[in-house]
Amino acid sequence: MATITIDGQSYEADPSANLLQAALTLGFDLPYFCWHPALGSVGACRQCAVRQYRDEEDTTGQIVMACMVPVADGLRCSIVEPEAAEFRAEVIEWLMSNHPHDCPVCDEGGECHLQDMTVMTGHCKRRFRFPKRTFRNQYLGPFINHEMNRCIQCYRCVRFYGDYAGGSDLVAMAAHNHVYFGRHEEGILENEFSGNLVEICPTGVFTDKTLKHHYSRKWDMVSSPSVCSHCAVGCNTIASTRYGSVRRILNRYHHDINGYFLCDRGRFGYTFTDAADRLRRPLLHPDRERDVETVAEPAEAMKRIREIFSEATGVAGIGSPRASLESNYALRNLVGSGRFSSGLPRIEHDATTALLEAMRNAPDGPGSLRDAERADAVLILGEDPNNTAPRLALALRQSVRNEPIRADAGSRIPRWHDRAIRDFVQDRKGPLFIAWPASTRLDDLAAGTHRAAPDEIARLGFAVAHAIDPQSPAVTDLDDSASDLASRIARALKEADRPMVVSGTALRSPAIIAAAAATVHALRRTGSGGSSFLAVAPEANTIGDAMLEGAPLETLEQQLESGEVDTLVILENDIYRRLPAPATDRIISKARRIIALDSIATATTNRADVVLPAGSFAESDGTFVNHEGRAQRFFQPLPPAGDVLEAWRWIGRIAAETGTSKQNEWDRLDRVLTALARDCPELAPARDAAPDAAFRANGQRFPRAPRRFSGRTSILSHLSVHEPKPPEDSDSPLSFTMEGHSGQPPAALVSHYWSPGWNSSQALNKFQSEVAGPARGGDPGARLIPGNGPNERPSTAIPAPVPDDDQTLLAVPCYEVFGSDELSARAPAVAERIPKPYVALAPTDAEHHGLDSGDSLNLLIGELRVSAPVRLDPKLPPGLCGIPAGMPGWSVPHLPARASVVT
Amino acid sequence: MAISEQRVILKHVDEPGYDPGIECYVRHGGYETLRKAVGMQPEEICRGVEVSEVRGRGGAGFPAGMKWKFLDRKSGKPIYLICNADESEPGTFKDRQIMHKDPHQLIEGMMVSAFAIQAALAFIYIREEMPQAARILEAAIDEARARGFVGEDILGSGYSCEIVVHRGAAAYICGEETGLIESLEGKRAYPRIKPPYFPAALGLYQCPTIVNNVETLCHVKHVVAIGGEAFARTGSPGNTGTRIWCVSGHVQRPGYYEFECGALTLGEMIHDVCGGVHPGRSLKAVIPGGSSAKILRADERFTGKLKDGTEFDWGLNDIPLDFDSLMACGSMSGSGGIIVMDDRVDMVEALANINAFYSHESCGQCTPCREGSLWMKKITKRMAEGGARTEDTDLLLSIGDQIAGRTICAFGEACAWPTQSFVSKFRDEFLAKASEDSGKRKGLRLV
Ligand SMILES: Cc1cc2nc3c(=O)[nH]c(=O)nc-3n(C[C@H](O)[C@H](O)[C@H](O)COP(=O)(O)O)c2cc1C
Ligand code: SF4
Ligand code: SF4
Ligand code: SF4
Ligand code: FES
Repeated sequence: MATITIDGQSYEADPSANLLQAALTLGFDLPYFCWHPALGSVGACRQCAVRQYRDEEDTTGQIVMACMVPVADGLRCSIVEPEAAEFRAEVIEWLMSNHPHDCPVCDEGGECHLQDMTVMTGHCKRRFRFPKRTFRNQYLGPFINHEMNRCIQCYRCVRFYGDYAGGSDLVAMAAHNHVYFGRHEEGILENEFSGNLVEICPTGVFTDKTLKHHYSRKWDMVSSPSVCSHCAVGCNTIASTRYGSVRRILNRYHHDINGYFLCDRGRFGYTFTDAADRLRRPLLHPDRERDVETVAEPAEAMKRIREIFSEATGVAGIGSPRASLESNYALRNLVGSGRFSSGLPRIEHDATTALLEAMRNAPDGPGSLRDAERADAVLILGEDPNNTAPRLALALRQSVRNEPIRADAGSRIPRWHDRAIRDFVQDRKGPLFIAWPASTRLDDLAAGTHRAAPDEIARLGFAVAHAIDPQSPAVTDLDDSASDLASRIARALKEADRPMVVSGTALRSPAIIAAAAATVHALRRTGSGGSSFLAVAPEANTIGDAMLEGAPLETLEQQLESGEVDTLVILENDIYRRLPAPATDRIISKARRIIALDSIATATTNRADVVLPAGSFAESDGTFVNHEGRAQRFFQPLPPAGDVLEAWRWIGRIAAETGTSKQNEWDRLDRVLTALARDCPELAPARDAAPDAAFRANGQRFPRAPRRFSGRTSILSHLSVHEPKPPEDSDSPLSFTMEGHSGQPPAALVSHYWSPGWNSSQALNKFQSEVAGPARGGDPGARLIPGNGPNERPSTAIPAPVPDDDQTLLAVPCYEVFGSDELSARAPAVAERIPKPYVALAPTDAEHHGLDSGDSLNLLIGELRVSAPVRLDPKLPPGLCGIPAGMPGWSVPHLPARASVVT
Repeated sequence: MAISEQRVILKHVDEPGYDPGIECYVRHGGYETLRKAVGMQPEEICRGVEVSEVRGRGGAGFPAGMKWKFLDRKSGKPIYLICNADESEPGTFKDRQIMHKDPHQLIEGMMVSAFAIQAALAFIYIREEMPQAARILEAAIDEARARGFVGEDILGSGYSCEIVVHRGAAAYICGEETGLIESLEGKRAYPRIKPPYFPAALGLYQCPTIVNNVETLCHVKHVVAIGGEAFARTGSPGNTGTRIWCVSGHVQRPGYYEFECGALTLGEMIHDVCGGVHPGRSLKAVIPGGSSAKILRADERFTGKLKDGTEFDWGLNDIPLDFDSLMACGSMSGSGGIIVMDDRVDMVEALANINAFYSHESCGQCTPCREGSLWMKKITKRMAEGGARTEDTDLLLSIGDQIAGRTICAFGEACAWPTQSFVSKFRDEFLAKASEDSGKRKGLRLV
């Protein structure tokens, strides 16, 4: 630590930081615009000016930009010095000279960094007496609204979008006072991280268009800490609501996971909670074959369930990777572990089990996104992060800068000096290797790619492991280019300080995962320190579901076949998305009775005898276990309305109703978690993912409504002037009103970022132990998988080379960030971005079959006929075709599989 | 004309029969200095340049030898030489004379310099609005290459270096050396922040780079030709060699004139060399170093101490034309552009003109310059057009004061100095505008 003096007081500060960061960490209110904790400094806005003195003798000093001054022992400066303060106010005067002053109609108003900084500097008197500059706004797609007149030219947007996220369709144009931030022409912003512009832009230029459709001010929204339900990364979010519906998702900082950024699927996918196909009432289908449904009262539905249970010879439960740990566990408890299915078909189930094994055996446990961001050599084996774990792709994009920076340690440019570092690194990139059948959006960073069938990808991985450590078995018959690549990858990983292997279930190949594990272990055996294994899984709770060790769907089919089971309880799972329709139909028709719980209407709920309306993430409390085995609690911003209940609570009621357990045993989240901890020791730490419902600060709950909340007495006045009793919350220490503890809650319970004078999300600075550091009091969540040290020998069953096959194509799943996730695809804004159905084909194969781009291709895959237009992918190797997974309305489950072209 | 020019750089330029071809240049002894240079040790040349005390002619007047000494030679990275031929400071038209009329002199100067610093590659970053000069230079480089003066194994020395002519991105800021480097790298010419960007350590592509002005590089040739000590004896101490002054405005004989530094005074330049202002007019003010230099009033007295301690008390006409004297008078010799104004000039209009230029040329990167220069322009434009307000004069000063010294690059000063100096030196004229005009404000109309 260095000792610095600010306004005559001495403080300890981190010498790797700049003065602005240090001052903010110390709690000073020093205004800034162009600096961003994740983007670093460029010294452009000149807002963070302070006066710096050479030494004690120096009384004149010099005005400097705090964000450009490295913290060093003996540094002396003044923030309050009048000339510096006057200059900071002058910067605001300049920035406001052309600003439209349209705060009352601006979506940013009330949570605007520009407003905050204006007040902070004290500027209030306008001397600029000229007409204002007027820009033309652009249509930027369904996510982002553009209002250029509010721009203060801080350059953050293009630095995030281009430099940080790798987007190329948002740039600074023109010069001097006309610098324009936009696209070369109107159109959809392509990058899947565009939503972060909403939080990056300190003014109202880029705002959330989905919020605009049902706008509310920040202070009028009731919010809760949530966890994104759209992939296994588990980004932390804040979900905000008004009048019973979710209005927007904001980033909730997690030092090890999402940091400051979300992907667009996570930010804009939330409106599925309000979509027309939401289930809000219990439904009965008197005749499953005919599509007639009747809405029922909950008591009636329960009565029907009691009848079904009493008639059943055996009840099995189908769990779900998108349902919470609590709901899955409650179901397993209801039906017994022998009759509990993970809800996955065998092909996915086996890959997931292999992944969980690899995570458990990883020397240091599974790696985090922060590990990925800090890695200096990365091998991606069989994953397409931009589409399967989007936020991970953003982390990996940063990782390629580490090696060039480290290699030139002599330059002594501090990491926060973004302008200098970027110029310094130029186009140099550290080693990132990608093995994936088709092209990916990280290819522009890759030092090498291997595009091949899943088994060939596994073989490459094993070859890398062998090249690192000959103790790992050799791969025979590897072609020259693959074996060259394997040795290049091995060399890069070995030379790295923090090598990382990313792998997962995307290609449903246990062999790929085994190869990745073999590589990590080979690295560990040969002495590389922090080698890390990063697991990618598809859904929010894939890992939690897998840890409950249910059986694959096919096992249930056998149980139905044998008559051991005749009744199914299906939890938040559309099994038509998991198995080909004919196979699903067989399961459905063999089940005499089906009870389905879900928040959305699906092909599966349409075939159930009884459907119970479950809460979405917005109406539920629960826990997801993310890709790194971290249990994370999400809390409902909305009390479930009408008949909707959390799925685990429904299941508890079923248990009580059918006599499986006592009433009250399952009606509190904490009770479910206690039972879970008792039954599943590995999952026991999940209880500690967040404080329990009894937790209080000074005897007070933690408010979901902000202190400025103005709706308490007026929000329902159109119905009645009597203020209803606020909803109670028996499952969490949060309250639904603005009453309660006024200080900062533990990080797991943060519902909004706000601090006096800091109304924008940049109040976050005040919630961190140091700027850009861990949350105060520690980051939330509980790691469940500690790792197994260096000794474990993973499986080494190397697959045989993929034989040439002229007759068929190997159909492999490919993924779409917008489309492959079931829930977000139901959000209208996301739905606009979903590509049309396609089958990706290598140009040579297309030619062979006389097809061109856009022509219709008919495939027979097992018993399934698939028909879609051809999309040519020159990167795809001949013999493969790519079919997007999980697309709404035409999902093709159960890949990879052989496909024959039919007419 | 009592004083005759002391042409060194422009020695042959404008001579009847002198053409830009290599034959002509060689006939006049061209490339002999390069031959001499490649026979020397590079360090010896650098030492000569240092001893010569030759200062940069691009604006800041930084000693070239010292700049070269800062080169980071330990990094092992290639060293680049960039000739700054972006000449765009209003009032400046000297570099283009050299490039149009004697391109080989520049090429020889560059090759001598490149050899001295052991550059791997040399660039001429030429202003986009000088396409003819670019073509001339390209043709000249081809000629020189054919004769072994440029390219592989120069004059059998074993040293190789190419020159690349790069057409600029058509903005004034591309002349600022770090903006120039960014532009050369293919990016927007946003000047870089110092530290860590001293081009001699981290320049083009993060490699050690020397950026010198066209005229400076030509001087290097003459330093080598006559030797550093001999060169140091020309001009005045600390202000060595000749300078090309570009005189424009209200004089009878505007043009470019080369003199040893300190060989004549500003008065001699205006009255004797350029024939003074037009009959019936009187001198009002002079901008001595390109439009960004602070203006000098004809009736001002300049007093103070020079670097060597001698006290001075000068009128405008007495100021010796060199680097240090103009600096001591609170302005600068800058790019050598002397802009003369006679009593016809409305100072508010003149400043409005200058401000229009700078507000348009701000790169837009940092707030004070981007917003402040525009605001100053708007105020002066309105004042000039009859809409002055009483508060405008002080407002202008306050804006200028907040810009200077607080921006990323020296453009901040370049755009603030005119306002600061015009308004404080011609305050009455600015105030008078307001009292004349304040009664004339027209009725407001919304549409
Ligand atoms: C805004 C700005 C514009 C400049 N334009 C030029 C130019 O057009 N030509 C030039 O030689 N130097 C220009 N300079 C100076 C260069 O930054 C640099 O100092 C010079 O090229 C160095 O060469 P010298 O040492 O030989 O003078 C400019 C500087 C600033 C701040
Ligand atoms: S659009 Fe926003 S982020 Fe971009 S420069 Fe303008 S104010 Fe900054
Ligand atoms: S979809 Fe995945 S990467 Fe995107 S915000 Fe949600 S958890 Fe994060
Ligand atoms: S001072 Fe002006 S020209 Fe220089 S970087 Fe700032 S905005 Fe650009
Ligand atoms: S925050 Fe320091 S200059 Fe912008």
